[in-house]
Amino acid sequence: MPTKIEKDAARQAEAEAVRTTGHEWDGIYELDTPLPKWWVYLFIACVVFAGVYALLYPSIPYGRGYMHGILGYSSRDSVNAEVAAVDKQRAVAMGRIAVLPFEKIEADPELREVAEIAGRTAFANDCQPCHGAGGAGRPGYPALAAGAWIWGGHLEDLQATITHGIRSSDPEARESDMPRFGADRMLTKAQIQQVADYVWTHFYGHSESGVDTAPGEKLFADNCAPCHGDHGQGEREVGAPRLASHVHLYGDARETIVAQIVAPHEGIMPNWNKRLDPGTIKSLALYVHGLGGGE
Amino acid sequence: MRLSHAILEKNAFLLLIGTLVTVAVGGIVEIVPLFTIETTVEHVAGVRPYSPLELRGRDIYVREGCYLCHSQQIRTLRDEVERYGHYSIAAESMYDHPFQWGSKRIGPDLARVGGKYSNDWQYAHLKNAQQLVPESLMPHYAFLADTKLSTNDIVERMRTLRAVGVPYTDDQLAHAKQDLLTQADPGADPKALLARYPKANVVPGHGRPTELDALVAYLQVLGTMVNFADPATERRLAQ
Repeated sequence: MPTKIEKDAARQAEAEAVRTTGHEWDGIYELDTPLPKWWVYLFIACVVFAGVYALLYPSIPYGRGYMHGILGYSSRDSVNAEVAAVDKQRAVAMGRIAVLPFEKIEADPELREVAEIAGRTAFANDCQPCHGAGGAGRPGYPALAAGAWIWGGHLEDLQATITHGIRSSDPEARESDMPRFGADRMLTKAQIQQVADYVWTHFYGHSESGVDTAPGEKLFADNCAPCHGDHGQGEREVGAPRLASHVHLYGDARETIVAQIVAPHEGIMPNWNKRLDPGTIKSLALYVHGLGGGE
Repeated sequence: MRLSHAILEKNAFLLLIGTLVTVAVGGIVEIVPLFTIETTVEHVAGVRPYSPLELRGRDIYVREGCYLCHSQQIRTLRDEVERYGHYSIAAESMYDHPFQWGSKRIGPDLARVGGKYSNDWQYAHLKNAQQLVPESLMPHYAFLADTKLSTNDIVERMRTLRAVGVPYTDDQLAHAKQDLLTQADPGADPKALLARYPKANVVPGHGRPTELDALVAYLQVLGTMVNFADPATERRLAQ
């Protein structure tokens, strides 16, 4: 009995129509089936496409240069053009936002909407990493929604702060420099504790029984009040934070008061005029203003 | 004799030669022009070798595998240019061995992170990213702040880089250790450091630089060397 394979081979040999390469191994033939027509045409089409592509786009290198292609395409020109096109589109509104005073922007519903979107986007990318989502703030990074402004919460104040930064490298940056009362031996350790007691009970609103705040009050009046104010109300001209408040830059703990008197931590806010255009900065000022603490 | 596949297929040595020639053509066409074409690396002003502290910071960056989540390559795509700034150019990584372009973009691109945040923020964020960005996936690197930076081989490291083409001068090698300590000491006078390494960012190292100090110094210089506002730079790029 011939096996199936043998029968197939015999049948195949009989069917002269099937072309073989002429090779034969133990009765097994190598078929010489031509490539499907569709495949051949597709292959030729690909070769033609590659040739045309090489002519149109940057392709073949030579010596010190390369063929730039008939279209002169460059991904850099392309992205520059895209950005320019979008900028032009935005400039219609953003250009007006950049030059108009804040009242005019707020009065115009269309501009207000553009500023709202531009401000929200820029805030998420550039401000949120420090100031938190919604401007909630973190120890060392001021809360923007709380209304506890160190440098002022009017739109113009916000614009100036964002533009030039705080203690940044910008020549017009907001500068404030609290003396290092402890590190530079301006007050003794005991005196610092007394001042902290006074600030803690009087301005932070914590009551501690049996603490005499009188010496602290005197020290505060002599050393701190010139900047922070007699009633701890702060002084925005010099960036001295308001102490009589429920929001504190470094948190609501007595140790932070002591630490700030001994060797104040001085935070830095970058100047954004190098990274953002004036229209975006004003949009940000409007956005931050609208977070809940604006004045 | 008719030229046919059979000749190559039946002669292993000829097949080997033929394969080698074919592959070599591809290699030569792709690689050689990079060395001959003028515009492969743009000749823009401002790019300098890393300062000793930045260089050590870069080593930490590579050691900790930062490139596994962060790229340093702003592509010529509008969304990336709008978010991160000017697209990256080859000259900006010409002193990187190896470059840190990366391709995995789990975290944000870091090509222009220098100066975007304050030193304080960088320290706090590297120690505990979630404290600042609650939704962040980034691991904590607080241990870097407790690890003293090894500095005794800094000159060898720079000399090695010089051997592969980074133009460190003898002056820079001679002052390497001193520059490294100066950059991690806000109390020191940075004038000589800045003369050798313009735009170097001094970090608060407290006398004994840690690995975290070096990493922050490195991050703070990323993308800041080239001045893209300079019209000469744009002209170079347009060529």
